[in-house]
Amino acid sequence: MSESPLDIIGQEYSAGFVTDVESETLPPGLDESVVRFISEKKREPGWLTDWRLSAFAGWARMTPPEWAHVNFPPIDFDAISYYSAPKSLEGGPQSLDEVDPELLRTYEKLGIPLHEQEMLAGVSRAEPRVAVDAVFDSVSIATTFKDKLREAGVIFCPISEAVHTHPELVKRYLGSVVPRGDNFYAALNSAVFSDGSFVYVPKGVRCPMELSTYFRINEQNTGQFERTLIVADEGAYVSYLEGCTAPMRDDNQLHAAVVELVALDDAEIKYSTVQNWYPGDADGKGGIYNFVTKRGACRGAHSKISWTQVETGSAITWKYPSVVLRGDHSVGEFYSVALTNNFQQADTGTKMIHLGRGTKSTIISKGISAGRSQNSYRGLVRTSPAAGDARNYTQCDSLLIGERCGAHTFPYIENKSASAVVEHEATTSKVSEDQLFLCRQRGIDPEKAVSMIVNGFCKDVFRQLPMEFAVEAGKLLEVSLEGAVG
Amino acid sequence: MRLLDIDDLHVRVDDKPILNGLSLSMNAGEVHAIMGPNGSGKSTLANVLAGHPGYEIIGGSIRFAGADLDGLAPEERAHAGVFMAFQHPVEIPGVTNMEFLKAANDSRLAARNLEPLSALEFMKKVRNLAQSLDLDSEFLKRGVNEGFSGGERKRNEILQLLLLEPKLAVLDETDSGLDIDALRTVADGVNRFHADGNGVLLITHYQRLLNHVVPDHVHVLADGRIVESGDGSLAHALEERGYAWLREDREDTPPARRSSGMRN
Ligand SMILES: Nc1ncnc2c1ncn2[C@@H]1O[C@H](COP(=O)(O)OP(=O)(O)OP(=O)(O)O)[C@@H](O)[C@H]1O
Ligand SMILES: [Mg+2]
Repeated sequence: MSESPLDIIGQEYSAGFVTDVESETLPPGLDESVVRFISEKKREPGWLTDWRLSAFAGWARMTPPEWAHVNFPPIDFDAISYYSAPKSLEGGPQSLDEVDPELLRTYEKLGIPLHEQEMLAGVSRAEPRVAVDAVFDSVSIATTFKDKLREAGVIFCPISEAVHTHPELVKRYLGSVVPRGDNFYAALNSAVFSDGSFVYVPKGVRCPMELSTYFRINEQNTGQFERTLIVADEGAYVSYLEGCTAPMRDDNQLHAAVVELVALDDAEIKYSTVQNWYPGDADGKGGIYNFVTKRGACRGAHSKISWTQVETGSAITWKYPSVVLRGDHSVGEFYSVALTNNFQQADTGTKMIHLGRGTKSTIISKGISAGRSQNSYRGLVRTSPAAGDARNYTQCDSLLIGERCGAHTFPYIENKSASAVVEHEATTSKVSEDQLFLCRQRGIDPEKAVSMIVNGFCKDVFRQLPMEFAVEAGKLLEVSLEGAVG
Repeated sequence: MRLLDIDDLHVRVDDKPILNGLSLSMNAGEVHAIMGPNGSGKSTLANVLAGHPGYEIIGGSIRFAGADLDGLAPEERAHAGVFMAFQHPVEIPGVTNMEFLKAANDSRLAARNLEPLSALEFMKKVRNLAQSLDLDSEFLKRGVNEGFSGGERKRNEILQLLLLEPKLAVLDETDSGLDIDALRTVADGVNRFHADGNGVLLITHYQRLLNHVVPDHVHVLADGRIVESGDGSLAHALEERGYAWLREDREDTPPARRSSGMRN
């Protein structure tokens, strides 16, 4: 009778299949010639090749960061391939009709519709709600609703294409938020980035639909290094969603993305992530290493950037979406749900850098640990002497499921503004046996009960997600918690 | 028809014996009241009936509606028709009462291979029940028991009872903390449940609830077993005289006769 109702067993990852397409994949290893190869492959202008090479030179002198609360054997960067693309895409992105049906089926299986008449929920609607850019290993395979967006003046395309079609924008903003040498993984990304999305919303335009990029790692031993750049010009608004999956593999795979956001005066960018990379199996074998640099710059007065993330995947997550609040009265927000199960490790949080006057930031972080996982929140709030009347509110809640997992909070506050107000609240709670028993007494099975309790715990964050994704995020939590109760 | 048969039940928590040979039987459609001093094992009995995993059964048996409850998970017992109203209902922050009730009701229906009610039908049903218990529909939007007063929690338990339509309701001090009007409202709810031919096992310290929900039998639980059983008048006697006289009385009485529950 004394069995613990919170014992952990295995879990299922439904996106773990492999797509059988012929790919062109570089042999493992990284040197200057690999960087040149990638740049040539994309027929990049000289300035970009040089940019990459200088990033590579910087990276070669750097060492991987070791301060995060995560544990893994050193990565052999020479065992990774830095470029892989389905052969059928040779010669650049095609129109939707020409895309290999096998690839389209992959996205269909994952619930990502690339047919323009289909919508996220699988029902057709009169008004399109989401445009999708699908990235398969190193290349973008399709972008939907391009025409509709063009009418509104919105540019949404693979970054490899934007380099050719809008070189002046790319040149002006690429690396302007996350410099080439920002950190080890950002430098690596700058040298070898493959593809990703580019968004530009012109002055005064409210983007007429949600934009979304879907990243899929398929090839074995391939790293994915996507690069996303979103610019909202004065008074513009855009909401952008990012999703990701990978097949189940015994080896660990590296994903080192860079995302840069720029908001000018009165502009607003809402960036949401539902991250579901393969987390490894129940024994901790395999899974994605997710080492990502995401940063937004509120350059203009009254601009606003909000990051919302739901992180359930990856073997190791190392990720701190940040906002640099330069414009006066600009606003930064970070809403995060990070769930770890089995042997997953997450070290995630945010940085809010207050430079302008009257800047405001809000941080709501919900960490859920189950199994033997380790879940850390790491957050920095910095106010410069010039950031008069800056405000930050941080709320950091941890929920533990079972006895063998861990939750950690590392808040750093550097307040140099006399008139700033920085508030931090933290709680740690457990899914109690009494809560679980109440649910079960009412006939609810323990898995459903835990997922309901966890969903309740995350409500403040889910509220921030676009509706379709809030539903998906709820389901994702349920799947990720599978086996969290015995 | 026999609804519940508890025979010579022995239960331990953390190696501490709490129930020591408790026997009790009840028929469908009956109301039984259990009274007894603090710490005598009343809540333990309720928890054990509901299958709480923290209690170790070291002897005896529980049959419910003809089947042995041994080895059934709490949710399976719930689906079989056992309902327990908690002495101290816990909060589940962020999960709205409505979501919770829907999940409970859906799983009950699923266990019988029935389709869930449509959202609209369901909300209507729950609103009506809430109204009958003087619970403002505002409570349905709040987190389960989150910030509810003691009395509100108890009414919320009865709401769940009436929604889930079990066969047996074990009410653990559902009358404690209720004001006079709430007591009547709750009693009305319990009586409605009873009127459908269901069994009620009322754990209470006070006679006052029994004025509204009239018991067929009253038992006294002390030291982990039933030491006295009688009709409604026993509750009055206890109210007047307390429990001490039972103990004195028991000194010279063979425990075997005393400790057997009602066998009718
Ligand atoms: N989990 C537990 N660990 C240790 N002792 C326990 C536990 N649960 C119950 N007990 C003990 O078992 C005995 C019976 O408790 P129980 O809650 O069943 O009493 P009760 O009759 O419901 O009392 P009350 O009238 O105060 O509600 C008490 O002495 C109590 O301290
Ligand atoms: Mg009690």
